[in-house]
Amino acid sequence: MIVIVETIARLAGWLLLAPLLPGIINKVKAWVAGRRGPPVLQLYYDLGRLWQRGVVLSSLASPGFIAGPAVAWVAIVGAALLLPLGPAGALLSFRGDALLVIYLLALARFGTAWAAMETGSAFEGMGTAREVSYAVLAEAAIITAMLTLSVHAQSITLVEMLTPASGVGAVLLGAGLFTVLLVENCRVPFDDPNTHLELTMIHEAMILDHSGPPLAAILHGASVKLLLFVVLLTESVVPLGHFSGPVACAVLALGVLTVTVGVGLVESLLARLAFRRVPLLLTTAILLCLFALLVAWKGGAA
Amino acid sequence: MSTFTADAFALLANGTSLPWAEIPEWPAAEFVRVTAGELERGGRLCAWFGVPEGAATRLVAVLAFDAGNTLAVGRSEPVTGSYPSLTALCPQAHLFEREVFEQHGLVPEGHPWLKPVRKGAGDAPANGEFFRVEGREVHEVAVGPVHAGIIEPGHFRFQCAGEEVLHLEIALGYQHRGIEAALAGGPHRRTMSQMEVVAGDSTIAHSTAYASICEGLSGVEVPLRTQWLRALALELERLANHTGDIGALAGDVAFLPTSSACGKIRGDFLNLTALLCGNRFGRGWVRPGGHPLDLDAARSATLLKRLHGALADVGQAADWFWEAASVRARFEGVGTVSARQAGELGLVGLAARACGLVRDVRFDHPAGWYRFAQAPVAVWPSGDVYARARVRWLEIQRSGQFLDEQLGLPPDDEPATALGGAQGDALCVSLVEGWRGEVCHVALTDGAGRFRRYKIVDPSFHNWMGLAMALRGQAVSDFPICNKSFNLSYCGFDL
Repeated sequence: MIVIVETIARLAGWLLLAPLLPGIINKVKAWVAGRRGPPVLQLYYDLGRLWQRGVVLSSLASPGFIAGPAVAWVAIVGAALLLPLGPAGALLSFRGDALLVIYLLALARFGTAWAAMETGSAFEGMGTAREVSYAVLAEAAIITAMLTLSVHAQSITLVEMLTPASGVGAVLLGAGLFTVLLVENCRVPFDDPNTHLELTMIHEAMILDHSGPPLAAILHGASVKLLLFVVLLTESVVPLGHFSGPVACAVLALGVLTVTVGVGLVESLLARLAFRRVPLLLTTAILLCLFALLVAWKGGAA
Repeated sequence: MSTFTADAFALLANGTSLPWAEIPEWPAAEFVRVTAGELERGGRLCAWFGVPEGAATRLVAVLAFDAGNTLAVGRSEPVTGSYPSLTALCPQAHLFEREVFEQHGLVPEGHPWLKPVRKGAGDAPANGEFFRVEGREVHEVAVGPVHAGIIEPGHFRFQCAGEEVLHLEIALGYQHRGIEAALAGGPHRRTMSQMEVVAGDSTIAHSTAYASICEGLSGVEVPLRTQWLRALALELERLANHTGDIGALAGDVAFLPTSSACGKIRGDFLNLTALLCGNRFGRGWVRPGGHPLDLDAARSATLLKRLHGALADVGQAADWFWEAASVRARFEGVGTVSARQAGELGLVGLAARACGLVRDVRFDHPAGWYRFAQAPVAVWPSGDVYARARVRWLEIQRSGQFLDEQLGLPPDDEPATALGGAQGDALCVSLVEGWRGEVCHVALTDGAGRFRRYKIVDPSFHNWMGLAMALRGQAVSDFPICNKSFNLSYCGFDL
């Protein structure tokens, strides 16, 4: 019984809180630019609106057009539920769950890429090509980051990996993961969530033909993914295991807020990268994680 | 080639007219050869159009010799059917010849890419076949005519190999309103209003060109104060649009500080125009023969004060822009057009100046107030997006300085001479350096002094091909910033 209640509570937490993050980022951007900006709850309104709308379906598209976003949403929410939340631990924890998280994120990417290719649009094809090309590097970085955590904690279970102090390598790991967070969630300098220019889009181009509830699922899934990465970043850098329960919760919340505001500040002050320079920055992220791995490995032995 | 100069073309100055009969006349094939010779000698094609004469058509060429500060006009004998293409000798004629083909059915023999320019076929323009690159790795991307923003309609067809653009073809004409046809037989009562909407963002440039056509045809010199007021308006238009473009360029690379600020400052400049004429785009400011609205001392002082404020703001926004390494990295070496290409394509205005060409009507063919006061020509050599942004910023500073100086030196108000009837059977040419570049109006009157043919060449007509060339070998994702760096007019092209 308690398990069911806890599951529902966790699920509700992830699903309801996630759309808050893009709202906060947009507020920060508006504040830096001296504008009032959209309400913090804008994404909730958008999701509500989209949910009530009908769906425009291409006659060429297979059921994958709808199934893709559904698969992606389920995979992302599943990955989120595997992530331990500070002192509350994880809903489900087993040996190797870190690997499952990586695979679930990859599955989510496959789902959106699959749906994007369905209509045969040139824009969506280009967006997908970019998404999967950069994913090659971004996934390498996140795998290295996971490896670092597991070497440091001598475990491949997320609860154990994310509790101890991450040591001297934390700064390197944090920088690497923050870069991965930006690329995985299509933020500046890799992508511009505000652009209306199809030719420069990555993620936005992939969902151009989606409408109504499937679009709502994609947007909501994207916000859950953002929250997932923000929580993962916070937990791998801040040694939450050293604090008592309530303090750890507060620290986690503060960390999430700080990272979110950080994303907003990056978007406010930096221009987008040219696509040909993206691999360079992603390789830097891999190297940062790799050096963090070295520190965890050699530092741990000393 | 210099053997032709003496009598191949009739010479005239910007804003003046000459009798139609005095323009030298050549057999068509000879005319093409002579024009090519003049262009090779340093001329530039401002306009090339047909004048119907019975069932046949006469070709007319208006050339500009920038170094000699003169314009030259020549015409062919009436032709039907076809004539040897000028484009084969001088690429800058390519679009003009397509236009003549579309409007008069004359076929330029040897034109490499002959297809309609803007002619309608049902609801959309007749685009014809697009150039295609074949290959297993090649894919085609079609953008527009409906875009994901509040912008004008145009169709862009990219041939890409992965992210690299091999070729871009631009098809326009979706906003063709038949302006030139509507002007024939004019001036009508609505002609002035039509001129103000040839390209809404260049209202002052087009209405000034039209006003000086009217004045040139009736041989009247307008009061200095009118000329002064027109120059003020033209520079205010330049300030507003350049500021908006810098903001838009910042927006396209997601650089928020400048993007947000420039949108607001552009509004400030537009409001300065509204201060005098009540319209943010300057409608009602320019009228042939004089100035219905005057700038009194009190409003002039307000204008100056608000101008200083807006200039300080745009300076701040530009500083953020130029000092951000991430912005420079996006603009440098992107969308490069060489000076040679710019010369061959006949680019005008800031797109040409950003390739290092010193090409500015205010300097080369000064008319009106620019005969007495000039802003230095802003040139940047690199030909890329960075150069086009940089020239805009230089011109913002120089136009600001120009306004600052000129507002302090208002000429006395003298009564305007009434515009008499326009000279019959005469041709008048007027060039104005709008914020995009050279706006060219050519009017040919009939025996009664009404417009027999009125030709408008917006700078965009020269420059769209420059954008297509800038994209060669670039990443397709860089198209938006290249496009924004040119910021050409669709409606000015479509007429």
